[in-house]
Amino acid sequence: MGEKKRIELDYSKIESDRMRLNVGPQHPSTHGVLRLEVELDGEIVTEVVPHIGYLHRCFEKHAEKMTYPQVIPYIDRMDYVTSMNNELPYVMAVEKMLGIKVPEKVEYIRVIMCELNRIASHQIAVATFGLDAGAFTPFLYFFRDREYILAIFEKASGARLLFNYFWIGGLSADVHPTFKEDVLAIVKQVRKTNKEIEDLLIYNKIFIERTANVGILPADVAINYACSGPVLRGSGVKFDLRKNEPYSIYDRFDFDIPVGMGEVGTVGDSWDRNIVRMREMEQSCRIIEQAVAQMPDEGDVQEKLPKRIKPPKGDIYMRAENPKGDLGFYIVSNGTDKPERVKARGTSFVNLSVLPEISKGYMFADLILILGSIDIVLGEVDR
Amino acid sequence: MTINEIYEQLKEDYGDSIIELVENPPLDSSIIIKSSAVFEVCHTLRDKPGFEFDYLLCLSGLDLGENLAAVYHLYSMKHAHKAVIKTIVPKDNPKVPSVEKIWRSADWHEREAYDLIGIIFENHHNLIRILCPYDWEGHPLRKDYKEPEYYHQMKVPY
Amino acid sequence: MGLLNKLNEPYEAGGIILGTFEDILNWGRARSDWYLHFGLACCAIEFMAMNASHFDFMRFGTIPRATPRQADFIMITGTVTLKMAERIKKLWEQMAEPKYCISVGSCANCGGPYWEHGYHVLKGVDRIIPVHVYVPGCPPRPEAFQDGMIKLQKMIKEEAIFRKRKKLEEDSKIELSA
Repeated sequence: MGEKKRIELDYSKIESDRMRLNVGPQHPSTHGVLRLEVELDGEIVTEVVPHIGYLHRCFEKHAEKMTYPQVIPYIDRMDYVTSMNNELPYVMAVEKMLGIKVPEKVEYIRVIMCELNRIASHQIAVATFGLDAGAFTPFLYFFRDREYILAIFEKASGARLLFNYFWIGGLSADVHPTFKEDVLAIVKQVRKTNKEIEDLLIYNKIFIERTANVGILPADVAINYACSGPVLRGSGVKFDLRKNEPYSIYDRFDFDIPVGMGEVGTVGDSWDRNIVRMREMEQSCRIIEQAVAQMPDEGDVQEKLPKRIKPPKGDIYMRAENPKGDLGFYIVSNGTDKPERVKARGTSFVNLSVLPEISKGYMFADLILILGSIDIVLGEVDR
Repeated sequence: MTINEIYEQLKEDYGDSIIELVENPPLDSSIIIKSSAVFEVCHTLRDKPGFEFDYLLCLSGLDLGENLAAVYHLYSMKHAHKAVIKTIVPKDNPKVPSVEKIWRSADWHEREAYDLIGIIFENHHNLIRILCPYDWEGHPLRKDYKEPEYYHQMKVPY
Repeated sequence: MGLLNKLNEPYEAGGIILGTFEDILNWGRARSDWYLHFGLACCAIEFMAMNASHFDFMRFGTIPRATPRQADFIMITGTVTLKMAERIKKLWEQMAEPKYCISVGSCANCGGPYWEHGYHVLKGVDRIIPVHVYVPGCPPRPEAFQDGMIKLQKMIKEEAIFRKRKKLEEDSKIELSA
C-alpha cells in the first residue's frame, strides 16, 4: 500500500511564498455552497478557513413564528437528504413534552422509514465521494437504487424528497398495502448493489491509493470536536445512539456498530469513514428485515391529540442518530402553541468544524476528498 | 451521575457561583451558574474524575426578554451521563467567558450564538459572524429584531 | 419548424434543405445547451437524481459546465440567500450572450416557505437577474425539470436571434455613450 503521509514542512528553514485560493461557493466539489479559503504552499494545504452561511435560511426564526406541527416542514428542509431522520428527534421531543406515547405500528413504520432514508443518504454520500475521487459509475448505480427507495416514500407520504411524514403523535398517513413486500425487495436490491460497489469502488486499488492515509482524524480529536456519526465511528470510537441510548424501539433489534479499523491505512482516514457508511447500510438492512417481521398489520397511525398542541413550560434536548451523526433539538416551550426557541444542533455543522484540523499538510486534491468523506449537507450546516 | 449529584458536588467546590438547580421533570433539569465562573466550572466538568464531560453536545443562546442566556448541553462518553448548564447575562452587557479552549466544538457554536443572539464570548480567538454576512447589522434571533428594508440594494421583505 | 420532416426524404429536392439561417442556428442552439452546474439547496438533490440514470438529463443535449464562461444557461436550483445573491449576479454577468436562466423551485421563484420570516432569504431570484423559465414545486419533481427544459428549448427555437443581437449592440452603444 502506498505510504501517504501528512507533509510537515519546517518553515524556519524553508522560504516560500504562500498562495491564498478561494474555493466556492460556486464549485462542483464543495457539495453545495460551502466556501473554503485555502492557503497553499505549492500544492500543500497549510491552512483552511471555511466560510459558511451561504444557505442560511433562518430555520430558528421560522420555528419561533410557527406552531409546533408547522415546524416539521422546515425541519425537512434542514438536511434535505435525510428528511425522515430529521423529523424523528423533533417529534420525539414534542411527544415527550406532551407525555404521549405513539402506537406500536407507528414506531415500526418510523424505524423502517428512518433506516430506508439512512440507506438513501449513505448512497448519496458514497456516490458523491466516488465522484470526488473521479469515479462516475457508482453514482449512477446508487442513484438507480435510490429511486426505488424514493418510490416507497412517495407512496407513503406523497413526496419524493421532503416528506412531512412524521407528525406529532403519529404519521401523516398509513402506509400502502404492499409496503412490506416493497421494502423487502429494496433490501435485496441494496445488498446486491453494495456488493457490486465494493468490487467496483471500495476495494479498487486506485480508490484506496487516493483515500487511505488521507485526512486522519484521531479519536480524541474527534471527541473534542464533538464529531458524531460515521466521522466519529471512522476514528474507531464505538458510539451509536441507537445502541448507547436507545430511543424509539431500537433496543428491540439486533445489529452491530461498524467502526473504522484502518484496514488499508490508518484508523480514522477517509477510507475508514467511507467504509463505515457502506457497512452501516448492511446493518440498516438487518434492522429493516427485523422490523418488517415484527411490525403489526393492524392499528391506528395517529394518536388522539388536542386541537392545539401546547406543551408545558420548560426545555428539552432530544437527540437521535442521523445518517450524518447526532442530530439534536433544544426546544424551549413557554406554554403557548408556538415554541419560544428551537435550536438545532446541526450534525454537519459540528462535523465540518473539524475540517481545518484534519486537512493541513495534505495535497490540495486530497482536501476535496477529505471534505467528501465528512459528508456534509449545507442545508444543515447553515440551517 | 444524576444532575442532583453533579449540582451538589459543584456547589461544594464553587459555592456562590452556582446559583440554583432548576428541576422540571419529565423535562430537562438545569444548573444555573454565574457567568463569571463559566470557564472554571466547565474546566472542572471536563477534567475532574467522576464528571469527565468530554463532549459538548450543544451550545445555544437564548433571548429571555430582558436577559440573554447561554445553555451548555454536556455529555460524557465514558460515564454516559448528561448535564445542562445555564448562565444568564443582562442584555446591555452580554459577556460570557468562552469555552472554546475546553471543547473545540464550542468555537463555531459560540460564533453562531454571537451572530444570532448577540452574546459576546470573551477570549474567543475569532469572534466574528458565521451565518449572516460579515457586514450584517443586528442579531436576528433577538425578540425585538426588525429585519432590514434593504441589504446591498436588494429588497429584503417580500 | 419542419426541418426534420424534410430530412425524411432528403433526395426529393436534390438533397437541399430549405430554411432560414436563423431557424437552423436556433435548431442547433436549442439542442446543445450547456448549463452552469450550480446546486444551491434541496432542489439540487433532485437535480442530481435528474442527471442520473432514471431521468437522464443529458438527452436534452445538455452538459454541465463548472464555469459560467462556457455556459448557455444557468439553473438556479434552490434558495437564494442575500449572502449568495451577489455571487449569482456576478456569475450571470460572466456568462456570454445569448444566455438564459431557469429558476427551479419555489424558493428561487418567490422565496417559497421562507417568504415571510426569512430575513436572510432573497424572495425570488428575479429580483437580481432576469428569469426565462420558472419551474414550480418544493422541490419540483424531475418531470417538472424536464418540462422546464422543454419550455426553454421551445423559447430558444422561436427566438429572433439576429434581431436580439442587433438590439443588444444598440443597447451597449447607448450604455457606452451614457
